[in-house]
Amino acid sequence: MTRENPADLLPELLVLGAAVSGLLAGSFLPRTRQWIVAALCVAGLAGGIAAAALASRRGDTTAFDALVLDPVTHVTRIVVLSATLLVIALAAAPMRGHRRESEFYVLLLLSALGTVVLGAASDLLVLVAAYLLASIPGYALAGFGRDASGTEAALKYYLMGAFLGILMLAGVTLLYGLGRGTSYGTLRAGLGPAPDAAVMVGAVLLLAGLLFKAGAVPAHFWVPDVTEGAPPAVAAFVTTVPKIGAFAALYRLAVEALAGSAPGRPLLIAVIAAATMTLGNLAAFAQTNVRRLLAYSTISQAGYLLLPVAVAGRTDLARPALLFYLAAYAVTNIGAFAAVVAVGRDDLAAYTGLARRSPALAVSLVICLLGLVGTPPTAVFVGKLLMFGAALDGRYAWLAVVAAINTVASVFYYLRWIVPLFSQGTGTEAPLDRSAQWTAYLATGASLALGIGGGVVLTFG
Amino acid sequence: MTVLSLVIFLPLSAALGLCTAPRLGDRAVTWIWTAASAADLALVIGLWAGRGNGDGVSYEEDVRWIPSVRAGYHVGVDGLSLPLLALTSLLFLMCAVHSLRRTGRTRAFAALFLFLQTVSLGLFAALDLLLFFVFFDLSIVGMYFVIAGWGHGDRTRSALKFFLYTFLGSLVLLLGFIGLYLGADPHTFDMVELTRTPALAGSPGLAGLVLLAIGIGFAIKTPVVPLHTWLPPAHTDAPAAGSAILAGILLKMGTYGLVRIAMPMLPDAWRRYIWVIIILGLVSVLYGALVAFAQEDVKRLIAYTSVNHMGYIIVALGAAGAAGDAAARRLAVTGAVTQMVSHGLITGALFLLSGVLYDRADTYDMGRFGGLARTAPRFSGLVAVAAFASLGLPGLSGFIAEFQIFTGVIGSGGAGLVAVGALAILGILITAALFLRLLHRTVLGPPGELTSLVTDARRGELAAVVPLLALAAVIGVAPRFLLDVIEPFSATVVSLVAR
Repeated sequence: MTRENPADLLPELLVLGAAVSGLLAGSFLPRTRQWIVAALCVAGLAGGIAAAALASRRGDTTAFDALVLDPVTHVTRIVVLSATLLVIALAAAPMRGHRRESEFYVLLLLSALGTVVLGAASDLLVLVAAYLLASIPGYALAGFGRDASGTEAALKYYLMGAFLGILMLAGVTLLYGLGRGTSYGTLRAGLGPAPDAAVMVGAVLLLAGLLFKAGAVPAHFWVPDVTEGAPPAVAAFVTTVPKIGAFAALYRLAVEALAGSAPGRPLLIAVIAAATMTLGNLAAFAQTNVRRLLAYSTISQAGYLLLPVAVAGRTDLARPALLFYLAAYAVTNIGAFAAVVAVGRDDLAAYTGLARRSPALAVSLVICLLGLVGTPPTAVFVGKLLMFGAALDGRYAWLAVVAAINTVASVFYYLRWIVPLFSQGTGTEAPLDRSAQWTAYLATGASLALGIGGGVVLTFG
Repeated sequence: MTVLSLVIFLPLSAALGLCTAPRLGDRAVTWIWTAASAADLALVIGLWAGRGNGDGVSYEEDVRWIPSVRAGYHVGVDGLSLPLLALTSLLFLMCAVHSLRRTGRTRAFAALFLFLQTVSLGLFAALDLLLFFVFFDLSIVGMYFVIAGWGHGDRTRSALKFFLYTFLGSLVLLLGFIGLYLGADPHTFDMVELTRTPALAGSPGLAGLVLLAIGIGFAIKTPVVPLHTWLPPAHTDAPAAGSAILAGILLKMGTYGLVRIAMPMLPDAWRRYIWVIIILGLVSVLYGALVAFAQEDVKRLIAYTSVNHMGYIIVALGAAGAAGDAAARRLAVTGAVTQMVSHGLITGALFLLSGVLYDRADTYDMGRFGGLARTAPRFSGLVAVAAFASLGLPGLSGFIAEFQIFTGVIGSGGAGLVAVGALAILGILITAALFLRLLHRTVLGPPGELTSLVTDARRGELAAVVPLLALAAVIGVAPRFLLDVIEPFSATVVSLVAR
């Protein structure tokens, strides 16, 4: 029997409510009091996190035949909403008194909402709707600064998103025709007898859209431009949050809809994973702009995150590896971006001597960057450990070796950023952004806490 | 929280205290650092006194950390870890004493060394593969910042090479650990359980691969020729105290890991590949000694003798898996562990002494010194003692260690091992020659161009080096107190590897 209880979707409804009331309130409030919208959005997100945490203690169910409530959804909800909360903290100072302050927060919330639904969807049509809801506010956010680089970023982001979204729709249509349904359960049964080649084509087309959201090769071209051109807080958002929903959706597709069909799919994902981590790393080597450097680093991280998707269903470690890595990556990446926002400059030279100006900020940046490498005891270390374990257990040892080599190579460009922090001289005298500094400390603390207390989190997941 | 956890985390909490305390002068910082290290050494001596000489693990503590992969905070002390814990706390205290007069950025320097001390102590006490790995990886990060921040010469490049090379080793090691985890039934990272029932007993091919991964990881750290190329630049450009820790403590992590993890957990594979291990060790012994002989830079010379000395340990551990007499194999393992301690003391002293040269004359080029015995008699005397200790003169700890290793290796098997023993003794001959050459060119002979700059060792420098050499002499004359701790452990390892 179909379960149709709106209370199951309480976290989503709270976020939606906050976004809609924020939009309404924003139209009436004077510009000096737009912060009320920010407070509304923060309250909506906090309420959503609390509701999601409560929901995670109940058993697995399916709501409205379209959204699955299982650990994948719970983690997606909590991580997406918490990451959005951190981004709002990052944006608070630069957006204060901006003429479209309330619209900014509302767009963030709507995109986050789309991302959560993306991760929870168990029906291809809902997946497409969620993809659009997550993407369209993102395009607007990318061009929010209304400057040349922002416009270019938004245009590039939009064109790629629209193009790959169409491919995704074509894939959905094909799979619908082959499987005689759009719900994952129906597809799983219906795709079994269908010709493998046709299913494979449908799956690849479907992948196009999700790889775009994940920022993985070959749909990664927007990442560096958006990260560099959009406002820094937006860059932190689009390189972190949409990935979470995309990987959750990829994992769900792999274990629920396509489990019994398209036998070449895991290998294809593995090859994409290897290409993504390698190309991201190679491109990061020569960057002198820290935001472009972080952009390529997020591409290589997407490669590591694809690894558990490739071995999904072949090992028990795949799901914890993916979910833990997602949470770890989200806090660590936002921590690194927070340091960029706090310093306010993008060129590597501006970071010279940061350790003398603010030792705490320098140390937290070092912890975040080494955290992205996977140095213990940060959260990404536990994620990488599970990821390596999943690869070896899933009989993809070569992929584990590729990931290990890439991890070592990535040390090189993170160190290029770390070294100037402690060298003589002063890159910039501009004052540091206070709230961004505190966001950096918070994210760094969360990364360490997740790493050291990883066991507690994993037992819940 | 047991005493052992206190021993491990006392330096770290001192480091955090130093970082957060407002306004401390350089003197206050170095004295707090010294006091913390001294307190830690006192606690380790207490552990030693309270433990006795029995077999097995004492001061054990097991807290759940990541229960879903069965990894825990599991620490304990046995006959292998106790000597290394003592060596670690002593050498770190001596580095603190050596740095008492340091000025400028002392707070970060002291905090980094205290952090490294916690990491090293934690590694030698860890009884869980994941915990071991955490400390193993952090030792690389800590040492990177020591070299990059306080080194000289082309330090950024050397530090980067050190980081990338050893980090690659640590990731290969992690893959090996995950292999052990997946091979164990039920899956676990706990060393005690993995030692009790070796993983992958039924699949020799996989066990060989896992041993390869673990072996490469530890071989880079040790370092074994041909994976040693990160070591000379790292040593040359590191500050003296950093070199002392790198050679004295961090290199031991490699051989410690072989004894603690590779031998007891993969006994079949170890026995199958002993000849690979022995030959790599022998190559390290001979190659390290020969290359050291050709060096003009004092620190590079000491660095290559480290390759040579660590090679003896590898040869001994390989021989411990041979089929011969069990008593001889026990002797080889005891010699290997003694060599770890002895090398830590002697090489630590040598690097701290080389720091005196750099402090006075800004160079390590031994051709530019000469006749130091006249201008710096105390310094020269200490160099002479350390050099003789390093070449294995009877009456000093190096002799006790190497004598046991040679006897053990030659006694463990047939003609092959006798030949290996004979060739390894050749290494001693070359080492003797190169240290005598070092003494001739720096301490004796006519004065060089920089000799006038070298004033004699100061009190702080003496206080840092003399205890290390004195302990080397004590072990050389009356080694029983050390051997009594190690021997029960050697017997256990030999029986485990023979399973």
